[in-house]
Amino acid sequence: MHMPLEDTLGLNLLAANQHQAEHNHEHFQAWNVLCLNLMSSPGAGKTALLERSLPALAADWRMAVLEGDMTTQLDAERLEAVGIPVVPITTGRACHLDAAMVSGGLKLLKQRLDPAQLDLLLVENVGNLVCPAEFEVGEHHKVALLSVTEGDDKPLKYPLMFRQADVVLITKVDLLPHLPVELAAIRRNIHSINPNATVIEVSALSGEGLDSWHQWVRQALADRTADVTSAAHAADQSPALATA
Amino acid sequence: MHEVDMTKCLLISLNEWRQRRDDPTAMVETVHLDVGRFTCVEPDQLVTTYNAAVQGTWLDGSRLTITDIPFVGRCLVCNSTYDPVPETAYRSPCCDHPLEEIVSGRELRIRSIDYRSTTGAALESGSIQRMR
Repeated sequence: MHMPLEDTLGLNLLAANQHQAEHNHEHFQAWNVLCLNLMSSPGAGKTALLERSLPALAADWRMAVLEGDMTTQLDAERLEAVGIPVVPITTGRACHLDAAMVSGGLKLLKQRLDPAQLDLLLVENVGNLVCPAEFEVGEHHKVALLSVTEGDDKPLKYPLMFRQADVVLITKVDLLPHLPVELAAIRRNIHSINPNATVIEVSALSGEGLDSWHQWVRQALADRTADVTSAAHAADQSPALATA
Repeated sequence: MHEVDMTKCLLISLNEWRQRRDDPTAMVETVHLDVGRFTCVEPDQLVTTYNAAVQGTWLDGSRLTITDIPFVGRCLVCNSTYDPVPETAYRSPCCDHPLEEIVSGRELRIRSIDYRSTTGAALESGSIQRMR
């Protein structure tokens, strides 16, 4: 007899991705590497920002970039020119990076260097304001970029991205004098959907605001070290299984 | 078309469910999902993708049903719940307060599986541990 049965699961639909993301995160913790996931629409200035930020931070921190790019390696070539190791993750037709793709990128990175020697790993996601917000890759923080040319309504049209972001960088602010866009309106819309977001205005062209952004990164790096120190202290108190 | 990746994740979870159940007679009839309105999932596309993906597999013939979960916020000023909409920037209509607490709408959950089996062992339920 075929019995009709019901199995209650209550399982995350994205459990498979979540599981891989947690695995990636365990590696980052073991290496003491801060991982930032940079997301935005295409052309908001993720690569331009990195071209300015990587040299500015390179004096104090060791970094690498995982570069999500749909079919080309153009962005990776731009960043390699700065002198920072870049692993391109060519995603084919996928519209976002998922945790398995980042895991594959980490394997390629390990062929070039020892990740434990790094402080900061920047993941440049595929340009898209929709689904990258839903796929964790194991990052410590999500950083969303919104350029002033996109208009002040984008946080309302793509609310999930701006809700999920820990930091929102308003980019290309050097163009503000030429645009019918109010910075206050952009800020208000971001904070309406995500009152806890840190919002920083920057221009990779003029350099305006980059110091504030770099200060945020330095603080996140300092917090990471503090976290690991306290975790190591806790591990001393009660020895735990250490498998990555 | 991120529904393809979501379907892949779902199929991995369903395959794991089958392995843990260790019951070759288990035939899945319906997979019930809860999908919140404040996710990037388009339910119709998820069903279409699922129907295409299961063809020729052990899940061929099974159905995906999606329960729509409303997007509800709570105003932290007056404690009332509300329907966050872009027209009011997702702020509370009562106090014009930003969206702080989300009561529902972020669900992406495999709620349950209806299946048939000829083995008594299948009667025990909840064989997949909650992952997150």
